Amino acid sequence: MDWSNVFSQALTQGIGIQAVIFCLAAIGLNVQFGYTGLLNFGQSGFLAVAAYGLGVSIAYAGWSLWVGLLVGIAAAVLLALLLGIPTLRLRADYLAIVTIAAAEILRLTFRSVTFDPIFGGSDGINRFADDFYRYNPYSGPVKIGPADFSQNDMWIVTIGWILVVILSIIVFLLMRSPWGRVIKAIREDEDAVRSLGKSVYSYKLQALIIGGVMGCFGGFIAAIALQSIQPDYYSTDLTFFAYAVLILGGAARVLGPIVGSVVFWFLLVLIDGALANAVSSGAIDFIRNDQVGQIRYWILGISLMLLMIYRPQGILGDKKELSLDAR
Amino acid sequence: MPDDHRPLVEALKDVPHEAGVAKPDPILVADDVMRHFGGLVAVDVDHVEIQRGTITALIGPNGAGKTTFFNLLTGFDRPNEGQWTFEGRQLAGVRPHKVAKYGMVRTFQLTKALSRLTVMENMRLGAQHQRGEKLFASIFPFLWRGQENEISERALRLLESFNLAQKQDDLAGSLSGGQRKLLEMARALMVRPDMIMLDEPMAGVNPALTQSLLDHIREVRAGGTTVLFVEHDMDMVRDISDWVIVMSQGKVIAEGPPHDVMSNEAVIDAYLGTHHDKPLTDSGEALTAHPEEV
Ligand SMILES: Nc1ncnc2c1ncn2[C@@H]1O[C@H](COP(=O)(O)OP(=O)(O)O)[C@@H](O)[C@H]1O
Ligand SMILES: [Mg+2]
Repeated sequence: MDWSNVFSQALTQGIGIQAVIFCLAAIGLNVQFGYTGLLNFGQSGFLAVAAYGLGVSIAYAGWSLWVGLLVGIAAAVLLALLLGIPTLRLRADYLAIVTIAAAEILRLTFRSVTFDPIFGGSDGINRFADDFYRYNPYSGPVKIGPADFSQNDMWIVTIGWILVVILSIIVFLLMRSPWGRVIKAIREDEDAVRSLGKSVYSYKLQALIIGGVMGCFGGFIAAIALQSIQPDYYSTDLTFFAYAVLILGGAARVLGPIVGSVVFWFLLVLIDGALANAVSSGAIDFIRNDQVGQIRYWILGISLMLLMIYRPQGILGDKKELSLDAR
Repeated sequence: MPDDHRPLVEALKDVPHEAGVAKPDPILVADDVMRHFGGLVAVDVDHVEIQRGTITALIGPNGAGKTTFFNLLTGFDRPNEGQWTFEGRQLAGVRPHKVAKYGMVRTFQLTKALSRLTVMENMRLGAQHQRGEKLFASIFPFLWRGQENEISERALRLLESFNLAQKQDDLAGSLSGGQRKLLEMARALMVRPDMIMLDEPMAGVNPALTQSLLDHIREVRAGGTTVLFVEHDMDMVRDISDWVIVMSQGKVIAEGPPHDVMSNEAVIDAYLGTHHDKPLTDSGEALTAHPEEV
């Protein structure tokens, strides 16, 4: 492995499938957490119900791709209602607790033996998305600068980034509208908003649904790109990485999730490749090759901590805004 | 300046000066409202009425229960018992945003300016029935741009009369404490309330602005809005209020026009905690000698 290969790998992943998935998850979190201040710690659950809604519709029920997508979106809306209706009148931390628990319950249900015939147990659902690749306009592998994509990857990545652009435009429009003004006001002081005649509860529920549906597109991309839905992919790590992506890029910034996910995956793969390279060439001899995977997360974690200390607003955030006491 | 409020204010002339007295045309009527925190009875109001179209002051020593009473009336806190009607409508148990929609809007003793929104955005937030606040309409600006412009014009006129027009594009968090008070009051007026309830509107406001603020409150009354305010500055209370209600230890202990109330022995006792033989009519110094720490 040579250094230019490490770099081109990092670039490929920086605009690749994982970056798209986490970008979509983070766009949803941005609406919920960034703009509204809702602590949704169960974003992985929204991606999971979307992925399984799609997979089960196609593989189990035998419906088309389009129906599968609608089922996935409906499942995300339903999940938002189930989580939001009982908790959003309560203090903010209740939503956090309930969402993190619900996401784990969903994952364990999807991987359970009982539902194996439907959800496929721990093997998940596989090879259900051939329909999607039938529409593939690319006739072979594609190179974009040093980045390299197979024919199928290029197709899903193209669709993924188109979705990112569309959803980002919607977020932009929402947040400069009077609706977005209410949302941002709720983040700062719910009682002030109530005193002006707006139902905080209703707006929070809307934000939870919108953010869940936007995030659920990440679940579709994950499912289709890998032609496989693995229950353990939708663990709490996914949620926390999506938060890392959002905070790195800058919360409450339309482009925050995009910048965050590109930088996050570029750096993660770069660190990984560089370490592996250095270890196998003997430049670093106190780490074994099989430890590189763990150590890159240490480095990433430390980098995120340093970022929070020296640039808490993220790459795109506004320090001036952050320094105002919101309460 | 329209003066429809004149007859309503005049009508108070014949009202006896006693606690819990009935008013000729009440906009708000509260009965047996009680709130206790553990063993502490914060509010225990048997009966009180607010005359429509007037400026009514709610005064009383620190801890008398004025803020708690505001919280109860506006749905931000729930009473252990009691009911009240506003414009004839039962309001007990109604959620705070509904109370505001029905036309009873309050401000907060500890100001709630939304720091990370601009002054203008704070103002716009107060306007009701905004098409752009609907989720689906919000992403189509042509559906709400016209209304937004009207709202902005009205907001600007209000900001001008509160001396905040030059600040319209600043973040509200950059304002001084007094300016935030003014902004909060102006924002509440954006709702076009039938009754506005101000919790210590003058606290921290630059004394140079006092007179214009008083004028503005009179204008609010002239526009047909009933004003109920909590205040510790007795000069302001005397200057502006048509009627004064005094609370102490959760109860209404006296009512009447300002001069009468400030010479009332029970009121002086409540404020000073001891018997005091000198009436507080003209200077009001005895009452302002113990300003509330915020
Ligand atoms: N949330 C609360 N919990 C416990 N005690 C409270 C609470 N809110 C107010 N109190 C008490 O109720 C009494 C009335 O307070 P308040 O209504 O703020 O008085 P005021 O506004 O007249 O100064 C005070 O003794 C206060 O300490
Ligand atoms: Mg108070």
